[in-house]
Parts: sequence; structure tokens; C-alpha cells
Amino acid sequence: MTQPRFEVHQPTTLEEALDLLARHRTSVRVLAGGTALLPGLRAGSLAVAHLVSVNRVRGLRQIGFAEDDGLVIGAGARLSEVADHSAVQRHYPALAAACREMATPQVRHMATVAGNLAGAAPFADAAVALLAHQASLVLVERGGRRQVELDRFFTGPGGHVMEPMEMIEAIRVPAPPRRSGSCYRRLASPGRVDRPVAGVAGFLTLDLGGGILGARLALGGVASIPRRCPEAEALLLGQKPDEALFRRAAAACVRAAHPADDPLASANYRRLMVAVLAERVLKACLARALEA
Amino acid sequence: MAKRIIELVVNRDRYQVAVAPERTLLEVLREDLRLTGTKRGCGEGTCGACTVLVDGRSVSSCLTLAVECHQREITTVEGLASQGHPLVASLAAHGAASGGFGTPGLLMSAADLLSRHPDPGPQEIGEGLAGHLAPGTGYGRLAAAIAASARELADRKAGGPA
Repeated sequence: MTQPRFEVHQPTTLEEALDLLARHRTSVRVLAGGTALLPGLRAGSLAVAHLVSVNRVRGLRQIGFAEDDGLVIGAGARLSEVADHSAVQRHYPALAAACREMATPQVRHMATVAGNLAGAAPFADAAVALLAHQASLVLVERGGRRQVELDRFFTGPGGHVMEPMEMIEAIRVPAPPRRSGSCYRRLASPGRVDRPVAGVAGFLTLDLGGGILGARLALGGVASIPRRCPEAEALLLGQKPDEALFRRAAAACVRAAHPADDPLASANYRRLMVAVLAERVLKACLARALEA
Repeated sequence: MAKRIIELVVNRDRYQVAVAPERTLLEVLREDLRLTGTKRGCGEGTCGACTVLVDGRSVSSCLTLAVECHQREITTVEGLASQGHPLVASLAAHGAASGGFGTPGLLMSAADLLSRHPDPGPQEIGEGLAGHLAPGTGYGRLAAAIAASARELADRKAGGPA
């Protein structure tokens, strides 16, 4: 078998990694877990001459949480490390669920949250959960850093606003306010571990009177990118939560979905499932917000 | 691309291998080190046949570049057998090892599971094996074999029969 050829660079500092990205920017990718890159590289459908591995870059794998600053996930943090982190489990249940349920145990030991975002798949589970958590990305290049809101990051299937010499340094997620709850639910087909049929993430914050002070909903697998549902969110704000309201919000989520038919599921099935998942997600968010 | 010399610690043995950057850990284990217990299945990280432990955690060796494993500790199914891990005998005793192709990877995931959950329940066993397609024996016998291994490991730890 003829093997595709590429060079692997293994810098130990961020500066070195950024220099390599800049130098090889016409044909370069960042290598972390490799779970999304390797199949394409080996099959020849992805032709890149240079991989810059960030797996030996010091400090990039950290996960930190502070009550005032929120959560910072380093670009090298594995899905399993994020899912097992006590602060993530406690304060970011939607993210914890996405990182715990996607792919397989082996892939979760390898793949990173940053890689899930950089791959920009329409169904990227961690992206959907992080949209509900209102995450932003710290992008870094040799010239400096910029912060980009996650809901402005994706441009289309596999597309994002990053330049070739840029990389994700960290993901920042604000600390949830009091009386908040979040949840992520995905529907997967047995035997298809690589992608869900659909996923829905939600986030609710209640005021002292029990009304909805903050609401975010995000969808995966049913549009060209992981996306928020502004209409559903507006419909929830200021209202008293009940089942009828959640049904109306779920219907608004379906209107935000533009699913396609594919071998996994029909567009119509995806629409039906978005309604079911959104309603369940909202109920779970409410229950968690009331406990908090 | 130029080969480079890497050092791998596989099943506690130290190897130096010259590898091209595009070669996977799976290829180096099977073709260079002749450790053919690890199988090539789907090549996409779906089927679990190529599962090995790197620094104690299960990974898909078909998606792992060998050069990224320089100075890492790797355990393959040959290592589990030579180290006398109770899973090997337990799968055989429970009739849970009929499929020679899928079993090595399953053993590695089970070993990873037991290292993190010394007393796994059915839920943990199910989730721990979720990265494997269609074991030849079905899942029930496997779950029983893993639970029995957990008990044996606990006995060994307590100083019971080795």
C-alpha cells in the first residue's frame, strides 16, 4: 500500500508550535488526538504536508475552574479528562454529558475538546454543549491572541474563522449564575459511534420568583453547523416554566433545524427527535436549576 | 519523509525502532515488533480490534502515530498474558473468547476498565466495552468474565490465592 507522506513536528513550547504553523501555513494542521485527522490523512482524502503536534507542548493540557473566572479547558485536554473533572461534572453538566457520551472510550482518551471544535462537524457534541454554556475560544498565533465567541466560530461544515497559522489555545466557559441548570441529550444509532443522529443542549437560569432569567438552546446534526436557537430562547425569557412553554420552545427548535436526509436518519425523523430531545433537555435544565 | 528513531516501552520491554512519521502504532507493533495479537479492523477507531494501552489508558492504535509514542509505556494483549492478568483465563473459562479477532482488543478495554473501576457494575462494564463491535460470544459472557476477574484482582490485592 502506498502511504501518504507528511512530516510530524513535535514542539515542546507554544512559541515553537506557532512558528511551525506560520512557516508551513500553506499545508499544515494541528495534531492533538488525531482521531479526526488520521483516517482522512491515511485514506488520502486530506492532503497536508505538515502536522504540528501539540501533545508535547507544556501546560496545554490543563483544566482549571474558579468561581469568578469560570472554566478554562486547555487545547490538549482529552474528552475523558474533561468528562471526569469534578468542576465540570458539578457546574457544566451539559458539557460533561457530551464528553462522556460521544465516540468510544478509546477515542475519548485520545480526542480533545479543542479538536472537536476545530473539526467543525455539524454534529460535534462538545460544540453543541459549549454553545449552551456560552463558551468562547482563545485563538493564538505568532502575532498575538484573540477571543472569539463560539457562536461566531463556525462558518459551514468543517469550516471556521481560524487562519491556518492560528490554533485554539484554550476554551473559556463562564461560571453559571446561581439557580442555573444545563443538560445535553444526544440520539445515536447503535453501531454508529462516530456521530449522533441529533443532539440538543440547553441552559436555563431562574430568577428569585421562579421565572426564566436566562435561556440558551443549541442543536447538533440538524444544520450545516452546530447552532443556537434564538427564537426558542426569546420565547422562554421572562416566562414561568411549564410543560406547555417547553413544548412551544421545542417547536421553535424544530423551526431552527434544517436537517438533511442521510444514511443515519431522514430529515423528518431528525425534526421529530429535535422536538423530543429539546423538551427533555428543558425539563432536566429546570430540575437542575431548582436544585442549585 | 525521513525516518526517525523512537523508543517504545512495550510490555515492559524497551525497543528502539526507526519509523517514518506516517506510520501508526498498530503497524509498528505488528510489522516491526511482530506483536500480532493487536488486530487491524476498521482503521477508523470504530471497531476496537486495535485497542492497546498507552500509559495505562485504552486507545485505538490505528489512529495513533508511532512517533507520538516515543518513550511511552504501551501494553498489548501479549503483555496482559505474560503478566498473568486474570482476564485472560477468565474469558476462556467463561466461554467469552471465541472470536480471535475481536478478543485481544476487548481484553485491553476490560483491563483499562478494571484499572479505573475495581468493582464494575453492569452499567460500567457496558460503557467500558462500548468501543467494540460484535464480539463473537455476545456480551453476557463477557460481562460475567470481567466481573469474575474483578473479584480475583480484589482477592490478590487482599493477599488471597494468587
